[in-house]
Amino acid sequence: MPLQAKLQSVDSISHVETGVLHSPFHSRTSALNINQQWSVWNGFASAIYYGDALLEYFATRNACAVFDVSPMRKYRFQGVEVEAMLNRMVTRDVTAQKVDTVAYNVWCTDAGRVVDDGTLFRLANDEFMLCCADPCLDWFLLSAVGFSQVEITDISDAVASLALQGPTSCALLKAMGFDGIDHCKPFQIMRFPWNGGDIMISRTGYTGDLGYELWLDPGLAEPLWDALFEQGRVFGIQPLGDESLDMARLEAGFIAPDVDFHGALHTVELHHDHSPFELGLGWIVNFKKTHFTGRAALEREKASGNYRRLVKLDIEGNKPAENSVLYADSHCRREIGYVTSAMWSPVVKANIAYGLIEAKYADGEIWAEVYHQKELRWYRKVARCLKVSKPFWSPERAKQTPPPDC
Amino acid sequence: MSEHYDAIIIGGGHNGLTCAAYLAKAGRSVLVLEAAAQLGGLGATREFAPGYRASVAHTLPQLGRQLVADLDLEGHGFRLANASLPTIALGQDGRHISIGDDSLLGVSAQDEAAYGNYRALLQRFAAALNPFWHKCPPMVGSRGVKDMATLGQFGWKLRTLGRRDMREIMRMMFLPAQDLMDEYFENPLLKAALSWDANVGSKLAPRSPNNAVLALLYRMSGDIGGDLPLPAGGVGGLIEALAASAGKHGAELRIDSAVSRVLLEDRRACGVELANGDLVSASTVVSNADPKTSFFKLLGARHLDVQFTHRINRLRTDGLVAKLHLALDGLPTITGLERPDGRMILAESMQAIENAFDRAKYGDFATQLPMEVVIPTLHDPALAPEGKHVLSALVQYAPCRVSGGWAGRREAFLEAVLNSLVRYAPAIREQVVAIELLTPEDLEAQFRVTGGHWHHAEFAIDTWWMNRPTYGASQYRTPVEGFYLCGAGAHPGGGIMGAAGANAARAILKET
Repeated sequence: MPLQAKLQSVDSISHVETGVLHSPFHSRTSALNINQQWSVWNGFASAIYYGDALLEYFATRNACAVFDVSPMRKYRFQGVEVEAMLNRMVTRDVTAQKVDTVAYNVWCTDAGRVVDDGTLFRLANDEFMLCCADPCLDWFLLSAVGFSQVEITDISDAVASLALQGPTSCALLKAMGFDGIDHCKPFQIMRFPWNGGDIMISRTGYTGDLGYELWLDPGLAEPLWDALFEQGRVFGIQPLGDESLDMARLEAGFIAPDVDFHGALHTVELHHDHSPFELGLGWIVNFKKTHFTGRAALEREKASGNYRRLVKLDIEGNKPAENSVLYADSHCRREIGYVTSAMWSPVVKANIAYGLIEAKYADGEIWAEVYHQKELRWYRKVARCLKVSKPFWSPERAKQTPPPDC
Repeated sequence: MSEHYDAIIIGGGHNGLTCAAYLAKAGRSVLVLEAAAQLGGLGATREFAPGYRASVAHTLPQLGRQLVADLDLEGHGFRLANASLPTIALGQDGRHISIGDDSLLGVSAQDEAAYGNYRALLQRFAAALNPFWHKCPPMVGSRGVKDMATLGQFGWKLRTLGRRDMREIMRMMFLPAQDLMDEYFENPLLKAALSWDANVGSKLAPRSPNNAVLALLYRMSGDIGGDLPLPAGGVGGLIEALAASAGKHGAELRIDSAVSRVLLEDRRACGVELANGDLVSASTVVSNADPKTSFFKLLGARHLDVQFTHRINRLRTDGLVAKLHLALDGLPTITGLERPDGRMILAESMQAIENAFDRAKYGDFATQLPMEVVIPTLHDPALAPEGKHVLSALVQYAPCRVSGGWAGRREAFLEAVLNSLVRYAPAIREQVVAIELLTPEDLEAQFRVTGGHWHHAEFAIDTWWMNRPTYGASQYRTPVEGFYLCGAGAHPGGGIMGAAGANAARAILKET
């Protein structure tokens, strides 16, 4: 079986001169990005914040906000054996996933270490779309070895995508004429004709709040953005940048690649990668289904109980425990882990963080050594951490169908 | 599923039969399923023309006495037609070199002296490695007692060679054959003949580094006769004895029974489905097929992990040896040779072998093809009608996938083979009654061996011992519980030896 990735020709890569690609929404995002604060995501300019990160953040919690997800990598899987192929790659039961639904998934190496996570969209019996933050085509091609009639296409540039998140998002979509969107359940997909084309809307997102993701032809990108902001004025719409999205996802209990975990194919040092159990993703590891890659290793790991725990922490005080080392005692004698993400949560009014804790200390006391500054002078404090089992922020409206107020 | 066996063995080649015989001897109920109409696979003796018989494999340098004794093969009819064929390096000018077990004729005094040292050294090395061909390889990263013991023994064996020999084996092991030959000898004909066994069957030529010396030592692993025993009745004679032994111990052998897939229950092998739809259940399923066939066709990638599947897919399985059988109406005359009763190597120099390899690397073949020729009927007249002869030749190099396709290029290849022969036996064309030419692609189609590769997967240092066929399946068991390998793709590799089958049987008996 030949392994071949179709590579773009040199001539077709237009960003070689600048090093930066523009998403289909760039004309609109750049106009709103009054601070011109950009990061680069998969080669695309991605707004860090447009005007004020806190204002954008509060829009996701109290009104609605739009994040340009187009730099996300999107892959289409098609063919007779595609269900079997994906089922053997990811940890959840793909055979149980209904058409027009979305499932959050991880895929692991043979050793049960997470390669990446992403959302799997079942578009038809033999057609799926898989979205992940980083390119993963090489792994997908490897995973297709031994399966006939599986076609994998990188459709990242053929699909523009926007996340519309926040309590007024459903009402806004309804006002724009997406009739019936209020009946869309979490992780369901609906399709609508719009402006001479088609828009696919999934009730998914990365903020933990009521929200949707819109998938469309890049040609519809600008008209859609304009319509959203025109109609959205009365719904409090704001553009959303990386910084505020990162706050929202932490409150929602979502992990971020290259922040909370490293993909197993990108780590060099032993144990710098992670198993799904370490990342708190045991709930999507399905041992009742047929074989999947990493299964034997994961069964052994689960049975041993000997794996680190990424835990949600509520930390005393109000100084974010950024980059903190964690200890089993207030005297910082026994080091047991470290903080991967931390913030003061404005909506929960709590000092929250994720900490990765050694297995045998997972049930004991946890103390964070926090460094903070006052007028340039550094202070150190040791703060008690309480483990939290539920996401810090998970409003009822995120689960209700139809959502309230729409 | 009405029938149930302790073990089903897929493939009735010599390793499958060996495994079956050992399992049955230990009291297990065993069923061997052979797809073809005849047992033996590449070892089967077949009638290739009316009255003329030959087996694809033709000599038994690797077969051990232990196997013959354990399975009482002599009691079941196994005989040697010749305990040790000399190797004859044919010169085009009629001046030949004869290499016997303890003699070397036709070379300078220096070469003769060097040969004594060379042979003694290789024999010491071969003896050190020999126990490990007949043992389960250790597992990488294991802390198991047995694995550690095997590794320890390996280190001990090397160390007890003495400091000089240990250093030397470590220096020599991965040398290209050419470097080794150039160190010892001056005669190009001698060097070509001695390098032959280092490369034949692998995608290697004299200048290729990797496993030439290892392959040489592997070919020296047998001890049923001298260097090159010739079985009576072709290798099929051995097959019949193995089958009789397995049968006597109660194994059931079925021909014309192709397996279409291995059945699983709760991710454990529980039987097989035959091509005709029949289901047979078993506690253990053992595959004598090559690793790619075993894992992709019989089992299916969906039951295996991604990286493991990838490693199996990347195994190098393209064979480069073609097999030629000629039915001759008389004994051919080789220029300058009294009687062609040895194993004749037709290669004037290592450069000539290298030149043929170069063409094959790029999907083509050379006009002058080196080969190894045996006329078994000189020792075993029953293989042909009275007064007639069979010529059996291993021809290098024939790419498995020739550019343009074999259908359109068979004739040209055959012409090249015959022309190469004619240079040594000018009148042979007139003696030919019938021809069977088997390219690697033919071997693949007729014997169900991926790539027509006689080792099932390249015998090379990266696919050797604890990496054969790959880590995760190197101790005969596979990632799928109850599913085992017993063929040439498992340790130690190909060649008619039965070690993979015997080792697999021991692993199965220990674990199930």
